Amino acid sequence: MSGPAWKDDFPISWVDDDFVTRREFTKSLVWVSCASFAANLALAGRAALAERGTAPAMKVAGREDIPVGGAKVFHYPDETSPCLLVRLEPDRFVAYGQKCTHLGCPVLYQQRTQQLECPCHEGSFDCTTGRVVSGPPPRPLPVVALELRGDEVWALGVSA
Amino acid sequence: MIDQEMEFFIDPSRCIGCQACYHACSECETHRGESMSHLASVDRAQSTQTVPVVCMHCEDPACAKVCPADAIKKTADGIVQSALQARCIGCSNCVLACPFGVPRVYPKLDQMMKCDMCYDRTSTGRKPMCVTVCPSGALSFGTREEMAAKRRERSTNLFQFGPQKVRTKVQLMVPKDVDEVDVDITAFMQSAGETA
Repeated sequence: MSGPAWKDDFPISWVDDDFVTRREFTKSLVWVSCASFAANLALAGRAALAERGTAPAMKVAGREDIPVGGAKVFHYPDETSPCLLVRLEPDRFVAYGQKCTHLGCPVLYQQRTQQLECPCHEGSFDCTTGRVVSGPPPRPLPVVALELRGDEVWALGVSA
Repeated sequence: MIDQEMEFFIDPSRCIGCQACYHACSECETHRGESMSHLASVDRAQSTQTVPVVCMHCEDPACAKVCPADAIKKTADGIVQSALQARCIGCSNCVLACPFGVPRVYPKLDQMMKCDMCYDRTSTGRKPMCVTVCPSGALSFGTREEMAAKRRERSTNLFQFGPQKVRTKVQLMVPKDVDEVDVDITAFMQSAGETA
């Protein structure tokens, strides 16, 4: 455009101007809201599908492999997901995902306190429920559903 | 977007001063109670002749050029819009700059408002409100061919104000031998001084 440079910054043509009308702004708000709603819907749908595809049942250990008060690490549902099986009482087993929900360090069973403790930042979880007792972890540990089949302990799935 | 075939024609010689355009305009929802078209008398002491005044929508609008607030914009279809409400500071620069005396500042609103050729109507294919009520054809909206078939006069959109040439979107009906309208303001001021 000819003329002084400031004329480019203040064009007379409506098209060249960056003026945003209230209607345009409201329209953009509506579109952004719709897009975020659709994205959330897609994420929720994906999560629901993922949950439906539960992991296959897997034999974890024999009943007598672990003493009462003992623990065993196993991988379930895949090789990258370490879990911790704990024998609390002769007939009571529990299992949780071993990755601390804070920053992913492996949690360890402490028989003395009946807690699963993470040594990295001293987070601790209740070993009967997996809920956070103290420390920085924001969520409970994932719970592995177990079933006693005769003398074997089977994992049936993981719930977050 | 206004159909570029459709043009606005003003024929002051047909104006009968009925004020229909004025009142029709003031009934518009976008500026209810205030008319954006005005009725000017040519020489009230000597004549009953009146002239409807609507925005001429200059190709290079003086009102927009002098606006310090960047509030007056021209859309791609050639319509010089009323001042943007969020930007207009009511300084009256445009009122002083317009060679046709169109923009007006409304002190209550501290805003300039002017004729935008009923953009809400014309951009959807309807005629401006003043045109629809004008009983004498002083204001018309149509194609050039339609006007040529109906009128003896020709139309021009060229105006000479002293050394400055102004080209407008709106057409003015003029005698057949006139190419452009020469507005000699200083001569008018002198003759007005003589009659006073």
